[in-house]
Amino acid sequence: MRFIIKDEILIPSNTLDDSLPISQIPAIPQPPIQPNYLYNRELQQLLTGKQLLLDDIPFPLNEIQSHYENGYITYRKGINQSGKKPICARCGNKNLQWFETYPCSCCGETCLYCRKCLMMGRISGCTPLIGWNGPVPDTILPAKISQWKGTLSKGQMEASNRVVDAIRENRELLVWAVCGAGKTEVLFAGIEAALAAKKRICIATPRTDVVLELTPRLKAAFPEITVASLYGGSEDRHLFAPLTIATTHQLLRFYHAFDTVILDEVDAFPFTVEESLQHAALQARKPSSAMIYLTATPNEKWQRECRTGKRPFTTIPARFHRHPLPVPEFVWCGNWQKQLQKDKLPANLLSWIKERILANKQALVFFPHIPLMEKSLPILRLIAPTIEAVHAEDPERKEKVQKVRAEEIPLLLTTTILERGVTFPNIDVAVIGAEDSIFTESALVQIAGRAGRSKDHPDGVVTFFHYGKTDEMLKARRQIMAMNREGIKRGLLD
Amino acid sequence: MNPFPQDHCLICHEIIRPTIGWRAIFSIETEHLICQPCERKLERIEGETCRICCRPFHLIDEKFRKGDLCHDCFRWEEDVEWQGFLEKNTSLFLYNDFLKEVIAKFKFRGDYVLAKVFAQFFTKKLDQLAPAILVPIPLSEVRLYERGFNQAVALLVESGFVPSEILTRIHSEKQSKKSRLERIHLQQVFKVDTEITLEGQRIVLIDDIYTTGSTVRHAAKLLKRAGAASIQSLTIAR
Ligand SMILES: [Zn+2]
Ligand SMILES: [Zn+2]
Ligand SMILES: [Zn+2]
Ligand SMILES: [Zn+2]
Repeated sequence: MRFIIKDEILIPSNTLDDSLPISQIPAIPQPPIQPNYLYNRELQQLLTGKQLLLDDIPFPLNEIQSHYENGYITYRKGINQSGKKPICARCGNKNLQWFETYPCSCCGETCLYCRKCLMMGRISGCTPLIGWNGPVPDTILPAKISQWKGTLSKGQMEASNRVVDAIRENRELLVWAVCGAGKTEVLFAGIEAALAAKKRICIATPRTDVVLELTPRLKAAFPEITVASLYGGSEDRHLFAPLTIATTHQLLRFYHAFDTVILDEVDAFPFTVEESLQHAALQARKPSSAMIYLTATPNEKWQRECRTGKRPFTTIPARFHRHPLPVPEFVWCGNWQKQLQKDKLPANLLSWIKERILANKQALVFFPHIPLMEKSLPILRLIAPTIEAVHAEDPERKEKVQKVRAEEIPLLLTTTILERGVTFPNIDVAVIGAEDSIFTESALVQIAGRAGRSKDHPDGVVTFFHYGKTDEMLKARRQIMAMNREGIKRGLLD
Repeated sequence: MNPFPQDHCLICHEIIRPTIGWRAIFSIETEHLICQPCERKLERIEGETCRICCRPFHLIDEKFRKGDLCHDCFRWEEDVEWQGFLEKNTSLFLYNDFLKEVIAKFKFRGDYVLAKVFAQFFTKKLDQLAPAILVPIPLSEVRLYERGFNQAVALLVESGFVPSEILTRIHSEKQSKKSRLERIHLQQVFKVDTEITLEGQRIVLIDDIYTTGSTVRHAAKLLKRAGAASIQSLTIAR
């Protein structure tokens, strides 16, 4: 869109000579709020704390413009310039590789656009981001906010108190909770405190699966609170809710919206992706707000910041069932890739697998790459024909996981996609080729964390077959052992 | 400076990795815009196809084939109202799930740069079809404003050719003013709007996909009646 500035007001105009695409306007004036203006409550619900494109808003431009002229709506540039470099105002992309240009029919110029966040609607040099500047919608609180009836373990309770404090005082806190600690329950008291103070709160996670799993649990705990569940294609897109559960990607539509953001699995993606997720979370929270990070495996930088006192954190070093985490054993298996070229697998790995098949103990075996896994499958099927393999693009991924649950698959080969999220009650875990660079400290801790998850089967064997120990393997084992030690020290283990 | 700057695939954004013999096979002038795995997912239309619409015969049942025509084209050509307007359609790739996604991103999400991926293939074909007036299938004004560009124009421009935008879409409001009978009878979607003479000219219509053929046939009929000698069409997918 092109605009002109007239009497300190931006006016859409595609014809006037002195009109400019929005990104070329030096400073965008914001008209003062006219208190007597009768604003549209639906627009208020839709836009509070958001940054949307015109296409996302089911109201005509003249109505939006009138709200802007009366101070209730803000226009921001979709693409900002920092020096000579463009930055996408929505996703924070500043990598030129992710920008392209096109001859634009909207503004008649060669327009720059951001490819990074394209799937949420294209942002170009002439795209305004539209937000709300008026009063926020009122929320009516029920007499009793939380209906959660569960109890917390000692370790959970300590973390829960820290979360409540951080939310009350708008501070940052990292909750470092081992796999199986029961981190969701740790949030309930904090969420209740936030809601009671009429604060808007958001739980963001990188994965849609987690949004889908958390939504019913939170709706059950807070039955009278409106919960918006946001992921690609979800129906709650326009719902104003005091409690939002969203994929981190969906945060890109929010701007200065939340008093508390809880960011789950901050470590789940590689650093470059993480950077843009951080950007999304920073934009979505209010300038003064609380930020709770949840993870089982903080990266090295964060671990260092914790150790040196630079980052406030709390740990839950023990699982809710009060048994220690299984510590991985390292087993050297020689040049297994070379053996695999001759359609063979290391003898110690084969006997590890045979033992499980014979004992009827289910297991997950992690491979670094799909081709290696697929080459191993027929060899292992000689032991048991029902062995299956799964990877990220496998269309039958969900069915196979289901079949493991139903105990129809005795042993599942997998790439790192099953390293987190999916839990089976009673399994052993092996990694073949633990020396591969794909198996970072965090990946290995997550993988080891698959074993011994249920109260009835708290033990599980974790074996890393390797062709040379790596630092990452050692760090992973050290991290697990340190957590067990801390669990004992704090009286959280039996 | 890295002597081999790493290019990212325009489709999947993975780094394009040179494979053995890769640099030797492709000369420096061929730009590498997409990675090999993505290129492999593009299925070229090859083998015996329908004389008019380019549908590969090996993908349809023998009983839907009528000589060198597919059943659909046979039906069009049977109809005196439609026969002989479209000489030939050429499509580059099969409209498989992968291409469906790429084209959707290109035109509905407005990822203009993807035109470059197809331009490589378009350029070759357009050279073969020259000389001809290259006419993109138009979008309505509303659509054009929504998307920011016309995908057919983008394909031509990125292929290094000049589009002749001589067709416009008849506004649906204007259409609705006509009586129902008139509308059904006329079924007019486009109108020709040009100063250049079409008399005796070869025209190639450009679009992203050929599905039922109804779009290009409507345009072909109109242009032929305006004097054009022959009408072909070129699309990415079929
Ligand atoms: Zn523009
Ligand atoms: Zn962006
Ligand atoms: Zn690719
Ligand atoms: Zn045909």
